[in-house]
Amino acid sequence: MPPPRTRGKALRQRLAELRGSEVPAKALDARALAALAANPGCRRRAILDGAGVNKTALASALGAPSAFGQSQFALTRGNAFEAKVKADGGAELLRLVHERLDRHAEPPVDAHVPDLTAIGPEGRTARTALALREATAAAGTWTLLDHPMLALDVAGSPAFLEPDAVVVHPDGRWTVVEIKSFPMLDGSADPAKVGAAARQAAVYVLALEEVAARLGAELETGAPGSGSARHDGPLPEVGHQVLLVCPKDFSNLPTASAVDIRKQRAVTARQLARLTRVEDIADTLPEGTCFSPDLPAADLAAAVESVPATYAPECLSACELAFHCRDRSRASGAVTALGRSVRAELGGLTTVADVLAAARGEAGDPEDPAVAALRRAAQLRAEALGAVAAGGAAG
Amino acid sequence: MSLISTLARLEAVTTGRAQPAATVRHRHLAERPLVLVPLTTAGEAGAPLGALVGTDRDTPRLLVVPQPRDRDLRFAFLAELADVVLPYIDGYAREVEAAERNETDPETGKRVKVEVELCADAPQLIVPSRAGTDLVRLLGRSMRFRRTAEQDPETPHPAPPRVPLLGRWLTHFGERARVPGSSLLLAMTDVLSRHWATGQSTLEDQHLGALLAWIAPPQGSTGAEAALRAELARDAKGQLLCPPAGPATDPAFDNKLLAPAIERYDRARTALAAAEDGLEADDRLGELTAAERDIRVLVESVTRPTWDKVWEGLDLLRTLPVGAHVEERWTRDRWSFTAHRDRISAGEPPQPRRDDAVTAADKLASREREQARLEAQEALDDPLVMAGRRLSGEAFAGEVTDVVMAYSESKRPSPRPLVTVRTDDRPHLGERAKAYRSLDGKPQTTEFVGYEESPDGGTLLVLRVLDKMGRGKEPEAGSVPEKGDRLCFTLFEHEQRGGPKLPDPEETPWTHGGPPGEAVPESADPMTAEDVL
Repeated sequence: MPPPRTRGKALRQRLAELRGSEVPAKALDARALAALAANPGCRRRAILDGAGVNKTALASALGAPSAFGQSQFALTRGNAFEAKVKADGGAELLRLVHERLDRHAEPPVDAHVPDLTAIGPEGRTARTALALREATAAAGTWTLLDHPMLALDVAGSPAFLEPDAVVVHPDGRWTVVEIKSFPMLDGSADPAKVGAAARQAAVYVLALEEVAARLGAELETGAPGSGSARHDGPLPEVGHQVLLVCPKDFSNLPTASAVDIRKQRAVTARQLARLTRVEDIADTLPEGTCFSPDLPAADLAAAVESVPATYAPECLSACELAFHCRDRSRASGAVTALGRSVRAELGGLTTVADVLAAARGEAGDPEDPAVAALRRAAQLRAEALGAVAAGGAAG
Repeated sequence: MSLISTLARLEAVTTGRAQPAATVRHRHLAERPLVLVPLTTAGEAGAPLGALVGTDRDTPRLLVVPQPRDRDLRFAFLAELADVVLPYIDGYAREVEAAERNETDPETGKRVKVEVELCADAPQLIVPSRAGTDLVRLLGRSMRFRRTAEQDPETPHPAPPRVPLLGRWLTHFGERARVPGSSLLLAMTDVLSRHWATGQSTLEDQHLGALLAWIAPPQGSTGAEAALRAELARDAKGQLLCPPAGPATDPAFDNKLLAPAIERYDRARTALAAAEDGLEADDRLGELTAAERDIRVLVESVTRPTWDKVWEGLDLLRTLPVGAHVEERWTRDRWSFTAHRDRISAGEPPQPRRDDAVTAADKLASREREQARLEAQEALDDPLVMAGRRLSGEAFAGEVTDVVMAYSESKRPSPRPLVTVRTDDRPHLGERAKAYRSLDGKPQTTEFVGYEESPDGGTLLVLRVLDKMGRGKEPEAGSVPEKGDRLCFTLFEHEQRGGPKLPDPEETPWTHGGPPGEAVPESADPMTAEDVL
């Protein structure tokens, strides 16, 4: 029996050890969170992201570098577009919010754009909460929060998120705004990209809801310290429609569409709740495990191997470590490396060798419907290919 | 994915080579296809960076936009593209053959046959990947509403004369590509993965280099190793050895090579504009030409490997014998091509931004019909596809063990022989379900009567033959299966019937927006100072 772990070590310190001394933590962003939520069973990703490990550096150190990168052309264009949308105190952006989401409200003129600068992510989060509170109290006015900062607890470690903008409506409602540089062509955009933006926005909405809940509770009971009586203004509410702002057709002019993200919000909330707590995963790791990219590749591989991963081909477009995991998954002969749907139709058979042995009739229980179907499939396939090889066509 | 193709993938994993997913070629390949390998600029909506295009694998035409943000250079690129694509299309528009088509006579309302022209062959456009198909559609959309100086002398940035026409054609190719089984515009990755099962997932099959690595790995290497090299291997400068098939470029290429080259080009251009005398201008023009040549070299270096791979893919596909129904589907493509040719020569306006309700419903219905047709024809053409249908209980093959003559109970009895088939397949046969077999290329209908006791484990099915036996009391010779015949029956129909006819556009019900009314000519996209196309 191993001795019980010293629980005294604060989680934060434990995670810093995992990351390696003097390696700065990499902050989780909404995109990473949305990807994490898409594969909630992956403990490897949960602990690496939770500990703030730089997975790009880790993948390179492991000898399986990721293929991600952003072209500077895309970056320049994206920044130029966002700056254009937010120009003049966000006049155009607020006009779009008014037009698409809140036509009955007063048109936004002289909207309030509070300064949100503060030191450190915690400071900016506090500053954002304060600004949200003031904006909600100031009924009847529009407020634009440019790059606010929100905190969200992910599997036991805090993640700081920075939406492009949050707008507070005159009735106190909060709306998340996502500015993307892919075009909206004749009113429709690439569904895959819209889906990704919606999942990302859902993470922001979840984080905002936590702020709203805290603020609501404060207002209900009377704000501590202010000594004021019960609040009688509107209670904060986060809109379930987000505003997606994109360039119109082939121009650089902004156009927008309201996107209902209730479904993405529910899915993400559920997946985030399912994420195994980072703390629990950290406890299963052997003492001294470290993911610092400076370590020799063999040590790193062993460290990474000590946390199980659930690789699927979808990881290739979402996780920096995917090529390493794919390599391992293939080496172990896992059928999931060919796709989740493949895994789904093979019943209890999980490795390539098992499936092929069962199909050839060398192993497996013929009573098992999956095995029976496999044998039938193998027989039909051989018959069809044999018929062609023999020069005759069946039928 | 059916269990049979899953098995093929698993076999590919263990053998290190792609396995056949088809025994015949299910898509038409033109004798002289036009291959297009386009590249776009990251972050811009389909702003072209360059392309290799042509019908000769040894001499592709290289088109490059040295500064993709410059409208005039983009127009020059599109005009050059039109110079290659339009003559190719025109070559097919001219040669016609006579054909007949059923049309409703406007006066009598009767269906009559009319003599029409049908193009003897149609052009075929081949792009490397599915993203290339989307780009063709996007380019079409960006060009077809452009105004030339001739159409609208007032327009501030007139498009070169043939650009709107190219836009209409590319739109047509893009729309046709959405019809299942069509071959006017093909994406090489789609066609290759239709015919071979690799040892990787369908997502990874979208990478043309990796896909080809599995199908034809280099000597002494497994598909997995070769595919990994295609995906990730980089040279000393950090550039991919197998550049992505596009239209998106690799970010490392953009940042390390292309961006500095474009910057040099911009500087040379500014310097040329600032030149004060002829001699200085000559020098600087030389620099500009050199800068442009550098960009051309760069663009060629990342498109040429893909270009060669597309042709390799064509070679591989040509090794497969062509499926029996491919020609028939290609004829539909020819009809589609001819119809669009006629629309253009009749001076009709470009395709609208959005279809009206009737057109949209029509397109959807025809795609569904073509999907069903494709599935049926592929199964009939290819025993491997049929094996999948047999596995799923939609078809069965077996040996005829008994034939009993019987007659219908009408005044004039017709032959309705009962055929007993012994099969190991497990078809999902309901009461009086129809089963079809192919008789000289035509479907013969039978009706399921019942099961019979089988002494040796297989299933004995009794089927009643219903048609294709001639008009006489005795069935025509060869029209009834005989004992010992090995036959394959399908539960799906071999030929697709069209659904109910849709109303004329003028009769569109109010629930669907009502009649479209007078056609309003679509306006051109407004030009802005910062637009990209």
